[in-house]
Amino acid sequence: MARNPGPRPAHTDGPQQAAGPEARVVVVGAGHGGAALVALLRQGGHRGEIVLIGDEPEHPYQRPPLSKKFTSGELEQVIRPREFYAEQQVVLQLGERVTGLDAAAQKLTTTSGGTFGYDFLVLATGARPRPLPAPGANLDGVAALRTLADARVLRDWLAERRRLVIVGAGYIGLEVAAVATAAGVPVTVLEREERVLNRVASSELSAILTAAHGARGVDIRVDAQVCALAGNGAVREVVLGSGGTLPADGVLVGIGAIPNTELAEAAGLACAGGIVVDETARTSDPAVLAIGDATVRPVAGVGRMRLESIPSATEQAKQAAATILGTPPPAPELPWFWSDQLDLKLKIAGVVLPGREVVLRGDPGIGRFALFHLERGQVRAVETANSPAEFMAGKKLIASGVLVDPVRLADPAVPLRDVSTGAC
Amino acid sequence: MPAITYVVPDGSVHVVDVPVGQSVMDGSVRNNLPGIVAECGGSCSCATCHVYLDGEFADRFDDATDEEQELLEYAEGARPTSRLSCQLIVTGSCDGVRVTVAPEA
Repeated sequence: MARNPGPRPAHTDGPQQAAGPEARVVVVGAGHGGAALVALLRQGGHRGEIVLIGDEPEHPYQRPPLSKKFTSGELEQVIRPREFYAEQQVVLQLGERVTGLDAAAQKLTTTSGGTFGYDFLVLATGARPRPLPAPGANLDGVAALRTLADARVLRDWLAERRRLVIVGAGYIGLEVAAVATAAGVPVTVLEREERVLNRVASSELSAILTAAHGARGVDIRVDAQVCALAGNGAVREVVLGSGGTLPADGVLVGIGAIPNTELAEAAGLACAGGIVVDETARTSDPAVLAIGDATVRPVAGVGRMRLESIPSATEQAKQAAATILGTPPPAPELPWFWSDQLDLKLKIAGVVLPGREVVLRGDPGIGRFALFHLERGQVRAVETANSPAEFMAGKKLIASGVLVDPVRLADPAVPLRDVSTGAC
Repeated sequence: MPAITYVVPDGSVHVVDVPVGQSVMDGSVRNNLPGIVAECGGSCSCATCHVYLDGEFADRFDDATDEEQELLEYAEGARPTSRLSCQLIVTGSCDGVRVTVAPEA
């Protein structure tokens, strides 16, 4: 057997990495990526042992409803029925954390003392909410939103009609603001940057969404610094950089996420703002793969970046399954993302970067529009609201790289299959 | 329980009992059939549950909404019989229905 040239110390007495349907697979992290991977492995005919370790007590569940439907009966949705895992012979270890990882010996231990050897370890450890770097962030009534347990807390706040202040106008903050306002709870959103969704959306979309939220009664304040949260045990007010204060019974902090790379770092894997992986989900250790929010991954035309989305985690689960099974890698997919806010179903494809020509098609006034982002006549990204055809056609235009006519693209009367100039 | 037949992209055929009230997508996910990814969990957002529904079974389900029709219009491999299986809710009259999972679903 050839010695492995990778950074992992060569060893002859321990278990060896072997791709194929008999490999022992341990997946750490039972979110969307981990749950998709174990299902894909069995679909692909994997026969070896599969262990799925999750630190939450719940079976893998859908995360989008946490910020979109947390006041409704649709909050708690499992990704697969609970009995699915036993039927698929997946050993589910819920409420467990990894306490020790020996990458050289290819085994790990968990909180309850379980020891699991692996041929492939898959880190699907996700990300955790970035804490608010301000005094008072530990007061009662200050919360983040990442888990089902978090969403239940938020649901209870709204049931009590508590005044809600949301720190951070990202997707989570805006989705929660929309739901809370619809439920009749007064909401103020504080954003330290000059516009909402500053990091992820175009300035054009930010402006449209700011207006839409404002029209529904969401109080959005940009360029707003939070200096401190104040209260006696429980939060009572938010102290602003301007010197003013805002009364608050609950504060939701949604200022981004930190990738959970601790396990990877302890194993000596290359990390750079996330676990570094290639397009086969491999890390710098050939026996360790990583998928999902915890990774920095290659994105066509952009380079390596962290994508926090279910489609990205699912795509990487397909890559990892192919690597483990020793089958051809799947074709690269275009990054995309969705968000529901107010009565807007937003779908974004491609990576939105500044400095591109932006073509509006449709009418933001009636909540039905698409923003196409062009570079040298080619569509690179599209942000859509209530426009599924524009989203689907936009994905095809981006993937094909065809040159488009901006004037025809802007005209909703011109079908999207007729907007190309015919050249590539 | 109505039995639904799935023809999946590798050509294999699977017959699955799907409870009334669940979707054709649910039946695939529940039984871990290959082909239907169901990325968005059934919220008519992603079109990764694209199937072809033979014309003889079309009237067993509600018509496609405008949203579903728009998603399908530009979906990979779209045909007149295309549907999103998350929108195909199984009723008592669906026994024997046959769907073919689209290759790029």
